Amino acid sequence: MSANASSATVSGPPNTTALPLKTQLRRAERLKKLKYGALIAPLALFLLLTFLWPIGALLMRSVENPEVPEALPQTLHALAGWDRQALPGDAVFAALVADLTENKGSRTLAVAAKRLNMEEPGFRSLFMNSARKMPLEPGVAPRQALLEMDPQWGELATWQLIARNGRAYTDYFLLAALDMYRDGAGDITQADPLSSIFVDIFARTFWMSLIVTIWCLALGYPVAYLLATQSSRVSNLLMIFVLLPFWTSILVRVAAWIVLLQQGGLINMGLISLGIIDQPLQLVFNRIGVYIAMVHILLPFMILPLYSVMKGISPTYLRAAVSLGCPPFRSYWKVYFPMTVPGVAAGGLLVFIIAMGYYITPALLGSPKEQMASYFVAFYTNETTNWGMAAALSAVLLVATMILYFVYNRLVGSASSGAKPR
Amino acid sequence: MIPAYASLPERIWYYVFRIGCGLILLFLVIPILVIIPLSFNSDSFLIYPMSGFSLRWYEEFFFSDTWIHALKNSLIVAPFATLLAMVFGTLASIGLTRVDFPGKALVTAILISPMVVPVVIVGVATYLVFAPIGLSGSYLGLILVHAALGVPFVVTTVSATLQGFDYNLVRAAASLGANPLTAFFRVTLPLVAPGVISGGLFAFGISFDEVVVTLFLASPEQTTLPRQMFSGIRENISPAIAAVATILTLFAVLMLLALEWLRGRSERLRSGG
Amino acid sequence: MKQKQSTMKCLALAIGMATMGAAHADLTVISFGGTNQKAQVKAFYEPFTRDTKIGIVQGEYNGEQAKIKAMVDAKNVTWDVVEVESPELARGCEEGVYEKLDYSKIGNKKDYLDSAIRECGFGFFVWSTVLAYNADNLKTAPTSWADFWDLKKFPGKRGMRKGAKFTLEFALMADGVKPADVYKVLGSKAGVERAFKKLDQIKPQIQWWEAGAQPPQLLASGDVVMSSAYNGRIAAAQQEGRNLKIVWTGNIYDVEFFALPVGVAQRDAAYKFLATVGKADHQKVYSSEIPYGPTNLKAMAQIPPAVAAELPTAPANAKTAMASNTSFWVEHGEDLEQRFNAWAAR
Repeated sequence: MSANASSATVSGPPNTTALPLKTQLRRAERLKKLKYGALIAPLALFLLLTFLWPIGALLMRSVENPEVPEALPQTLHALAGWDRQALPGDAVFAALVADLTENKGSRTLAVAAKRLNMEEPGFRSLFMNSARKMPLEPGVAPRQALLEMDPQWGELATWQLIARNGRAYTDYFLLAALDMYRDGAGDITQADPLSSIFVDIFARTFWMSLIVTIWCLALGYPVAYLLATQSSRVSNLLMIFVLLPFWTSILVRVAAWIVLLQQGGLINMGLISLGIIDQPLQLVFNRIGVYIAMVHILLPFMILPLYSVMKGISPTYLRAAVSLGCPPFRSYWKVYFPMTVPGVAAGGLLVFIIAMGYYITPALLGSPKEQMASYFVAFYTNETTNWGMAAALSAVLLVATMILYFVYNRLVGSASSGAKPR
Repeated sequence: MIPAYASLPERIWYYVFRIGCGLILLFLVIPILVIIPLSFNSDSFLIYPMSGFSLRWYEEFFFSDTWIHALKNSLIVAPFATLLAMVFGTLASIGLTRVDFPGKALVTAILISPMVVPVVIVGVATYLVFAPIGLSGSYLGLILVHAALGVPFVVTTVSATLQGFDYNLVRAAASLGANPLTAFFRVTLPLVAPGVISGGLFAFGISFDEVVVTLFLASPEQTTLPRQMFSGIRENISPAIAAVATILTLFAVLMLLALEWLRGRSERLRSGG
Repeated sequence: MKQKQSTMKCLALAIGMATMGAAHADLTVISFGGTNQKAQVKAFYEPFTRDTKIGIVQGEYNGEQAKIKAMVDAKNVTWDVVEVESPELARGCEEGVYEKLDYSKIGNKKDYLDSAIRECGFGFFVWSTVLAYNADNLKTAPTSWADFWDLKKFPGKRGMRKGAKFTLEFALMADGVKPADVYKVLGSKAGVERAFKKLDQIKPQIQWWEAGAQPPQLLASGDVVMSSAYNGRIAAAQQEGRNLKIVWTGNIYDVEFFALPVGVAQRDAAYKFLATVGKADHQKVYSSEIPYGPTNLKAMAQIPPAVAAELPTAPANAKTAMASNTSFWVEHGEDLEQRFNAWAAR
């Protein structure tokens, strides 16, 4: 504190006064920095433990691949140096038999089988059924025995898949999150269009966020302008209309929209009784419902930053333009609007960033066609317990969000520093 | 006010603009208002016209173990999360507004980032990390993550308040003989308190409305009010949901009033002081 | 007068709530929620608490295995007894998520259906996924899955569970595949294509549901005219006076299990609970609360004929039924669910 610094110069021990004032000041400054830095430390540490570390660990999961190395150590050792061009030798088959015998009925093997089954359906039973027949009778040749159990052991692709997953790290999940995979030879290939989905999902996430942002801007801009140009008594009153929904639970609002929009809901009943339609419109559990609710939820996030920027713009600019003979609409567009651009950018990016991560609203108000990236993160986490895939999708979504957040920080930072001189 | 010299198109525009804004403002509040009367409906459909007035859905809420349990959990988790967020957030805000150091912008950006990272990612990440150390399915785990989500709101609100705070006042207090502690409690705190409390209200609102992280992290024992509402909405939009919604809306109104009062108070203190 | 009373009650409770202590929680039982859970409360939870003085914390989920897996991995198991479907049970048993059961603590294996006795799970009811419709909204009654696909004769939306399991089977049956051949066809790539192609025909008309409580809602509100649904949920809605009807032709039945996650905290209480669930008297109550078939053979005999006719196990209902193939779904489940998800999201 500055109070401390000044008292140090007044009542400090005599030997410090011997130092030049500059050094003393620098020292006090350093002490102050340290003190205030120490105030930030608890929060930084707290967030590190509860927020940054978990997210880091999640991102790590998108490349981790420990299952096969843990279950088949001998096989992988025997496979080292294999050229992946032709079936491996007898030693590898023997090593696999040894691994299967050792891990028969264990969790390690089941988990590895599940991991390989993700890439090639059928591998789970290939492994589990073969393991069940272990150990082999003494004197039986491992290769013969395995080939008799299942001809799939005689296929090159089987061994390529095992070898490909022999390392503790993989790019499988990240590639899959971008609809790509490595083929038998290890080259990156586009996934089968029937099961490729994620590029479309990310495009959809982006597109839906964009539409919501544009609507929020179109509806939020005039309202913010109205609020900013009224007397503070009126604007405080009108502000309640913006802040009440802002403070009301999102689930309340989602429930309210279902009540309003469903087939027998208020809007459909109203339109029917007015004779505008005779069949109820499908307004919810589709794109329209999701858009309406998302715009409703995110509109305050657009209005508030716009309002604070507009509040700082003096109406005299506009009056000056008009008095100089510029027509009102033109002067508005040429003079007023450019000054609100920082608010438009801040509000727009904020809405866009929040919209990108939306999960609850599409989940409750949309059909599968409205689900955004977050839904698939939750899907892979909960339903298929494919945490590598959930992590990879999270990584892509997070990178997109962080880039936008970086832009936002740049813009808002420059906007606030630009506003200061006034 | 519309000036007397306005031309016809300007007059038309004036009214069109106002009516348009009015409609948008109605769009914002109508859904919330519509659901309230339905919670007093005597019949089990969420349809107008209502068949009669009844408090049965409130009875259902207050007499159902599930809802009361959920309410209790929310009232356990949110205050603790708020407290953590307020303490850490306020300390950090004081630090951030008083010193400059290289990388300050980055540190600030990281402290604010819980606001923008998609909640699903936060939910999955904390769940996968907290589960092995026994923090998933516990109140503590939920409180910690809710606090982390509330922190950015405390930091931004308190920083904004501190930015306008005149440290000369502290110096004046010191020069008049107040020791630093007295100066903090008698001068700094009363002036900064509205900001800190507003930040706390934000953090409380965040935790009280949080559902995604809870979805991942909580086991049935920690089911919160929004979590219970989530399954309710998914399965059956009954008037009981409308009753809960009404209670939560009432709560939102209280929060709003508290914030308005705080804002007015801090403005008075600043201009009148 | 009545209103005033309830107002007072609310007020008293609102005040009392703050001072009320948390009910002491002993055994956490997780099931699929809704009317199914309500029936479980009446048939199993209440007698269990009465006899053992052990309280039950109820929870619900939609069958996602992630939480259980994470708990077991962390050796911090807070769920004691979990309701699981058959393929998840088989997978979880292999992957070390569910405990191998000690049947001497539950009951005599011979008293139960063979399919109810599994290494890691104790089957406690037989349920079925059926075609259900709202008779108020359809003039002629549908009779098969082929009718479900007939948009001309039965215009309107259809409800189906958001997932590959059973949806693909129904599609193949609608396409003329005999119940006995469904899994053989679905095991081939061409068969999967065929099922998805069939689903494409009605895709724009499908409203997907996730929780078992949804289909009766959707049918009652008129949002859909027909839906796949769990038979028990439809019966519950019928009791509430809804004019919902079940088509048993081509229904798919399966056994539902209770399982204990590995490292269960309350093992003794959990086994006591399973023993309670296995008793014929309690299963009889369960089946009359919600028409799912009992697994206890003695309970089967005690059920009144009127109730028995509503169960998936009734001969008339089982005639054209097919059993869900657990090993097929263990093997192909993840792949097909993924494929389904990609298809549905498009």
